[in-house]
Amino acid sequence: MASQKMTLAKGLNTGLRKAMENDPKVVLMGEDVGKLGGVFRITEGLQKDFGEDRVIDTPLAESGIVGTAVGLAMRGYRPVAEIQFDGFIYPAFDQIISQVAKMHYRSLGHLKLPMVIRVPFGGGIGAVEHHSESNEAYFAHTAGLRVVSCSDPSDAYWMIQQAIETDDPVLFYEPKRRYHERAEVDIDDAAGAPLGLHQARVVREGTDLTLVTYGPMVKTCTQAAEAAAAEGRSLEVIDLRSLSPLDRETIFASAKKTGRVVVVHEASTFLGMGAELAALIQAECFYNLEAPVLRVGGYNLPYPPSRFEEHFLPDLDRILDSVDKSLAF
Amino acid sequence: MSDPSEVRQGGMPSDLRHTMHHETSVQPSMEHDITDGGPEMVQFVDGDGNRLETNEANAPYARIVEEMTSEDAQSMYRDLVLVRRMDAEGHALQRQGELGLWPSLLGQEAAQVGAGRALKPQDYAFPGYREHGVAWCRGVDPVNLLGMFRGVNHGGWNSNENNFHLYTIVIGNQMLHATGYAMGMQRDGVVGTGDPEKDAAVMAFTGDGGTAQGDYNEAMVFASVANAPLVFFVQNNQWAISEPNYKQFRIPPYQRARGFGFPGVRVDGNDVLAVYAVTKAALDAARAGQGPTLIEAFTYRMGAHTTSDDPTKYRIASEVDIWREKDPIKRMRGFMEANGHADPEFFAQVDAEADELAARIRRECQQMPDPAPLTMFDNVYAGDHPVVAAEREEFIAYQASFVEEGAN
Ligand SMILES: Cc1ncc(C[n+]2csc(CCOP(=O)(O)OP(=O)(O)O)c2C)c(N)n1
Repeated sequence: MASQKMTLAKGLNTGLRKAMENDPKVVLMGEDVGKLGGVFRITEGLQKDFGEDRVIDTPLAESGIVGTAVGLAMRGYRPVAEIQFDGFIYPAFDQIISQVAKMHYRSLGHLKLPMVIRVPFGGGIGAVEHHSESNEAYFAHTAGLRVVSCSDPSDAYWMIQQAIETDDPVLFYEPKRRYHERAEVDIDDAAGAPLGLHQARVVREGTDLTLVTYGPMVKTCTQAAEAAAAEGRSLEVIDLRSLSPLDRETIFASAKKTGRVVVVHEASTFLGMGAELAALIQAECFYNLEAPVLRVGGYNLPYPPSRFEEHFLPDLDRILDSVDKSLAF
Repeated sequence: MSDPSEVRQGGMPSDLRHTMHHETSVQPSMEHDITDGGPEMVQFVDGDGNRLETNEANAPYARIVEEMTSEDAQSMYRDLVLVRRMDAEGHALQRQGELGLWPSLLGQEAAQVGAGRALKPQDYAFPGYREHGVAWCRGVDPVNLLGMFRGVNHGGWNSNENNFHLYTIVIGNQMLHATGYAMGMQRDGVVGTGDPEKDAAVMAFTGDGGTAQGDYNEAMVFASVANAPLVFFVQNNQWAISEPNYKQFRIPPYQRARGFGFPGVRVDGNDVLAVYAVTKAALDAARAGQGPTLIEAFTYRMGAHTTSDDPTKYRIASEVDIWREKDPIKRMRGFMEANGHADPEFFAQVDAEADELAARIRRECQQMPDPAPLTMFDNVYAGDHPVVAAEREEFIAYQASFVEEGAN
């Protein structure tokens, strides 16, 4: 087993490198992805090794980046476009919603768009506005797109490669505040990816209640589960990994097992991923539930100035508070 | 500009262009001189402060410069120095953990002061996020610029107080707002009346990278079609984070204006007199109802993109050295000394004033309180909103639960 300790950022970098080595049609594109290696250094060193033809510094224009990626994909390439920060995806919204999502459908399957749009997302890093948003629900709401999020170095390494191999367009959400966290990654190619791209993962087993989450909140939820264990409560933690499609089996099995679910994400709860999950779980697991599905998320506000972050973002206390509420039913 | 090879920056030999397609799918990187704005650039004072002869490029603006007095020169110089000092203080405060981020304007003082000084009170400015010098000229208290970078607000000044819009972080967005605002001025009848107190115009700021955005290009189209009283001001500081000009465009911004149907001018962005003169002429034309102008201020970002950036990864030191020689403040001072516009006391006094300003900014930044948590819920909507109200109540109850626990 070839195993290496690396950060989530390095996991992505190594995964991108692998994908580029394996398939000459993989091209990276975006603002500053070349010499600088991207503002988060995810593409560091790749232009040096693969050249400017395959690691393309694009003009500063997101609609342009995604729109040309569509053309490249139609021409047989596998573009991986970097959006510099979550809040800058909106100039490309039209391309993603109107064209990327619908091309396969309206071409009766003749046109494939095997492209990945990488989005560093979420808050907690003290950034200025438009640099901390969680906009995954806009895209998960749109049929034709796959939306996934990694949460640790191993998933970063494997999922980015799987996303690139996928023939559908994938929005790939990277938890930016976890970029520098390290863990052991099994990079043994022969063994292949531990999980399919669409699968959820039971991060921690438990019997009293299930925390369903993804991205940056996986770590926070795991810590909450550890804290709860100290008080004699057994929480299960599920990392969705894929937000669209959802791995219903894993979610339902856990909900039925524990009878209580709290969904946790950074995005505003109103019409966020948690709304869909609560509705689904209630519809499918109603007779197994001991309490309504609860949600912990951001408030229904624009992402606030960074000095409010600790109040806006779900933390251990808020998660455990909801756990208490659920257990009190 | 009839030969297309001429408009290529730095001019790749045209015979090479034909073979290019076969070898690679992307163009070779264009080595062009980003330290020289070329003969079409309007300039009045050279790097050593010498007043330049009248030439084809600067002739149309010479009268404006001739009419300036020693007092004008002094107050412009003062602005340059104070703005630089304010910027340096922002940088220092970030390094000391008082601010989360600071985008420095070092090197771009003349571009911003020249442009800012050409605005009249009734004009309106739409900045990006680096326009601290324009803010200064509009009378915005520099301390107010810090809030956003400290994370206590998203831009806590009242735009309408000084006709200076909030900073806009999403590149290009404000260009359309500026265009719409200018269209509003037309409809309000404050354009082309001939009354200098009444006629107004708008100025919209972006960087060289920003010229690639859809919004920027759409703003050009709208402003042109509407004949809007608008001056597009592109600060070409040669870099968009790590990307040089040739990754953003193959024809400089000022030449592109023509294609949108209005004039474009390139001005030496480190020559405050030239920037002032060119901007004043463009604003006068806009106010008079003659429509938009695009000004490209050819300048240089001396520092990092922001305090989070490391420019050694992508640019060479010798380039920075060349630009250091073109320093806008050194140049203005040289010009003033050579022409007897000020004595040594004046310069000493401005430096002292800069020290005071820096001390005040520092003090008031450190005294800037963290916002009260509950104010997070303020102003999401102009009217009542039940969801926000309910979450606000939840938040109050949640906070109170800690107090109760603590009391136990
Ligand atoms: C729509 C959008 N995409 C990306 C960014 C991230 N970003 C911030 S500044 C910048 C470069 C801007 O360069 P330029 O327009 O030349 O202005 P300068 O910073 O040099 O003044 C980028 C890519 C952004 N703010 N907005």
